[in-house]
Amino acid sequence: MNKYAKITLDGLIFQNPTFMLVLGTCPTLGLISSASSAAGMGLTVVVILTLSNMLISALRKLIPNEVRIPAYIVIIATLVTLARMVLEKFVPDLYDSLGGFLALIVVNCIILGRAEAFASKHTVIESALDGVSTGLGFTAALTIMGIICEFLGSGSIFGLQIMDFTIGAFASPAGSFLVYGTCIAVFVYVMDTIERVRRERKYRPLTHESLVKEVA
Amino acid sequence: MGTFIAIVLAAVLTNNFITVRTYGICPFLGVSKKTNSAVGMGVAVTIVMAIATAVTYPLYEYVMVPLGIEFLEIIFFIFIIAALVQMIEKVIEKLSPPLYSAMGIYLPLITTNCAVLGVCELVIGDMSSIIGQTAAAAMNTGWAVLYAVFAGLGFTLVMIIMSGLRERIGNYGEMPKAIKGFPIAMITASIICMAFNVFSYIQL
Repeated sequence: MNKYAKITLDGLIFQNPTFMLVLGTCPTLGLISSASSAAGMGLTVVVILTLSNMLISALRKLIPNEVRIPAYIVIIATLVTLARMVLEKFVPDLYDSLGGFLALIVVNCIILGRAEAFASKHTVIESALDGVSTGLGFTAALTIMGIICEFLGSGSIFGLQIMDFTIGAFASPAGSFLVYGTCIAVFVYVMDTIERVRRERKYRPLTHESLVKEVA
Repeated sequence: MGTFIAIVLAAVLTNNFITVRTYGICPFLGVSKKTNSAVGMGVAVTIVMAIATAVTYPLYEYVMVPLGIEFLEIIFFIFIIAALVQMIEKVIEKLSPPLYSAMGIYLPLITTNCAVLGVCELVIGDMSSIIGQTAAAAMNTGWAVLYAVFAGLGFTLVMIIMSGLRERIGNYGEMPKAIKGFPIAMITASIICMAFNVFSYIQL
C-alpha cells in the first residue's frame, strides 16, 4: 500500500479520531443533537486542521523544540479566530448553532494531537493530506451520529421533518452520550470482526493443507 | 441574595458543565476510574477555573472592550490559562509537596481542558439564558468568579458520581469486549445525564 493511501485510510478509519481514538469529545457530544450543526462543526475542523497541519509542517524546522507547544497554540488560536470572523460574517446561522464550541476548537485535542504526532515530523503535502483525511473522518463520524440523534430526538434529518414523533432525551446530552457510546461499540465490533475474518482466511488454507498431509 | 442563589443553582444543577453543556468531557471519561483521582482532578479544575476567570473577566471588561480588541479574546485567554496553570503548578510545588504529588500529573493537562476556556468565554457572553435576566444584569467580576467556582464544584460532583459508578461496574467483570472502556462509560454518563435532566424544571 502506498504512503498516501495509508495516510488517508488511517485518518478516515483505522485511526478515526472520534471512534478509535475518542478525541474531541466535547464538541461531538454538544453538537450531535442536530445533524447540520454536527456537519458544520466537522467541516470547520477540516479547514482549521488542514491549515494548521500545513503551517506547522512548513515551520517545523524553524520552531525550537522547547517552545513548540506554545507555538502550535498560537497558530491554532489565530486560525480559530479567523474562522470565527469568517463564519460570523458569511454563515451566521452556523455561527449561532456552534455557539461556545467554536472558540473551544482551540483546545480540541485532535488538532494539537495531529500537530504534535504528525505535522511536526512530515512534509507539507503529507501533513495536508493527513489534515483532510483526519478531519473528514471526524466529520463523517459526527454527521452519522448527528443524523441518528436528530432523527430520534426530533423526527427530522438536516432540519427536514420526516416522522411525527420525538424522544425528548435524544435532543439532550443524555441521548448524545448514549448514541456516541453505542456507535463506538458498534464500530469496534465491526473492526474486530473484519480483523478476525481476515486472520482466519489467511490461516485456514495452511492448516487445511497440513491436516491433509498429516492424514495422508 | 437572589443573584447568589441563581448563580449557584445554575452553575451546579441546571447548567452543569458535564451533563448539560458537555464541557470537560476528556478528564470526565479519562480520570473517573477511581474516586480519589476524580476528586483531585475536580478540585484542581475548580481552582484553575476560578483563578482564570478572576484574571480574564476584568481583562476583557476593563482592557479589551475599551481598546476595541475583543476579537483577540481566544489568543489572550488561552495564553493566560497556559501561564496560570504553569504558575499554579510551581506554587503548589513550593507550598504543599504532598498535594503536588497527589495531583501533579493532572495539572499540566488542565490547559487543554475545555471547561476552563469554556467558563472564561461563557461569563463574558450573554448570561441571561443561564442565570435569568436580573442576575445577568448584575454580572461583575465577583459574580463571574463565583459562577466559575460553583461550575467547578458541579463538575466535581458529577466526576464523583461517575467514579463511584465506574468502580462498581469494574467489579462486575463479564461484558462483551466491544463495550468495555469508553462505550460503557458513555452509557453510564447518559444515565447520569437523564437523572440531571430533572433539574431543568428549575426556572431561574
